[in-house]
Amino acid sequence: MGLVVDAVIIGLLTGGIYALMASGLTLIFGVMDIINVGQGALVILGAYLSYVLQDKYHIDLFVGLLITMPVMFIFGVLLEWAFIRPLKRDRTTLSILVTFAIALIIEGCLGLIFSNNIVQLHGWYIDSSFQIGGFYLAYIHVFSFVLSIILLAGLYVLLYRTKFGYSLRASMQNRTAAELIGINVEKVSAITFGIGVALAAAGGMAYGATLAFNPGSLYDLISRLLVIIILGGMGSLRGAFIASIGMLVIEDVTAVLWSPVWASTVFFILLVVIMLVRPQGLLGQLEGRKQ
Amino acid sequence: MRIAKFVGLILLLAVLIAFPQVFPNPAITTIACLTVFYATATTGWNIFSGYTGYIALGHAAYFGIGSYAMALLCQYWRVPAGYLPFLLLPLVGLIAAGFAVPLGWISLRTRKHTFVVITIAIFFIMQLMAFNLRSITRGSTGLSLPIPSNWSGNFFNMPFYYVAVVLLLFALGLSWWIRNSKYGLGLLAIRDDEDRALGLGVKTGLSKLTAFVLSALIVGMVGGLHAYFAESIFPAFAFDPLFDLALALMGFLGGLGTLAGPILGALILEPTQYYFTMKFSQNGYYLIIYGVMFLVIILLLPEGIIPTLSKYWIKWKNTHYKLKQAPLIADAGDPILADNNASEGRVNP
Repeated sequence: MGLVVDAVIIGLLTGGIYALMASGLTLIFGVMDIINVGQGALVILGAYLSYVLQDKYHIDLFVGLLITMPVMFIFGVLLEWAFIRPLKRDRTTLSILVTFAIALIIEGCLGLIFSNNIVQLHGWYIDSSFQIGGFYLAYIHVFSFVLSIILLAGLYVLLYRTKFGYSLRASMQNRTAAELIGINVEKVSAITFGIGVALAAAGGMAYGATLAFNPGSLYDLISRLLVIIILGGMGSLRGAFIASIGMLVIEDVTAVLWSPVWASTVFFILLVVIMLVRPQGLLGQLEGRKQ
Repeated sequence: MRIAKFVGLILLLAVLIAFPQVFPNPAITTIACLTVFYATATTGWNIFSGYTGYIALGHAAYFGIGSYAMALLCQYWRVPAGYLPFLLLPLVGLIAAGFAVPLGWISLRTRKHTFVVITIAIFFIMQLMAFNLRSITRGSTGLSLPIPSNWSGNFFNMPFYYVAVVLLLFALGLSWWIRNSKYGLGLLAIRDDEDRALGLGVKTGLSKLTAFVLSALIVGMVGGLHAYFAESIFPAFAFDPLFDLALALMGFLGGLGTLAGPILGALILEPTQYYFTMKFSQNGYYLIIYGVMFLVIILLLPEGIIPTLSKYWIKWKNTHYKLKQAPLIADAGDPILADNNASEGRVNP
């Protein structure tokens, strides 16, 4: 029983990291109606950036985020400008292929620069843990959970309390109408993409701190992230948050009760069952006719 | 135009049949084999994704199921190496199609973008299964198939090549038949406006599922053939995410929803890809080149080669044969041109 409770706690904490990455993905989908399949690669890129800052310049991982997040934000805006904006027809479909191609290029570049050896981030909080109520918790799990809560709260304030947030949500509800009332939807899209990529960078740091990674990790990541945003309902931030925590808790509990090998399979099967009942996901809206 | 097409088909057939006789070097026939495999698989993929407009990015799952079905059947029935395993191909295809029925049904409950994501997710589930169901698939150790040891040298690739050509003709025939049938018109209607098609009496759910299963059947057969060709299979290669992309890329390059597009795409891309893999096998060059190729194709030729060419052809015809009162709209009997018109009138979501 103790093991199960422990698994639930770890699942809750690591779920926060996935919520960070998935919220970027679902935000981009909500505003731009495109699926950024490259999110997994961007997460890994973020993890490698943190690795370089730490390895070469001895900058602490959390402090390093002050550098990596703005850099990745600019990178995201550039990506949107260069590759997503030129797509005029069939944006949704073509954008999936384009972002997949971007993911391949990033994977290839990372493989060239860092080789495919497995890498791990270091820090005093990664290897040490503390005891609370009979359970041992690693500091990194708690720290990264706090980080994701802070960033998600920041995202919430940005979306619901600022003027930019109003334009963003207006573009989310109806792109054409938002354009008609004078919102610069292209600018909003670029900034949204940048925010999504910056969140990926933060998630990447936390991911790299809890797990060892190499450029090939992106396939595992993207399959999980896609499953999370479908389950939560495409475009719903709250859904993405609930789904990531649910996924990680279920995975960790399965790993304890049954076997780690089947952990993700159980979750995937759950996804299929939920899709049978609610094709729009937990908190998503039914997709109807869009014109 | 119709005559030109008929001549084109005969020419293609002649080239396909004569090619390995002219270039019997095994290094070249290997590339030829892979190209025909991909052409067949892309033609199969196009039956679903090209005609209905639902982009499936998880067909590598059926390729993998076909591979494993082939390996397991050979093992279970102790099929000796030689020509016998080829006779298993229809059965292998049926097994893949059998898997596609429930999986397609689940994924087709969703619409366009969610559908794409669900197909990717299902692909990853199948890959995990191949890794984890150790009692059946032997996990990452993989399975081996009978090796035809008495086919040697130049002859080795020949049987595979000709069987692949037969499969390609089957896929092409099926694709052509669907494109010219009432059923195919229903699929195209789904692509252009699904709700309106439903309102007009197209059984959209059943049509989509049938097309999905047919395309899985063909991709599954290619998977089985490829497994026998490769002599052994591993989860990571049988269920390869790059295969998903290769199909989509070839389809997009040639032209989605056209008959010749997938073949043209495979003819151009597979040898290029093979060349780059051989040349830059180490590290990431290969991935980078592949990704850049992909970006260039989508940004420069989003409609694909054949629709772009046929657009120019119509323009040229209209300016040069105005006196003959050439019709502004291409004749409906011509699949490629008719298709082009359909996609021009398409409403963007």
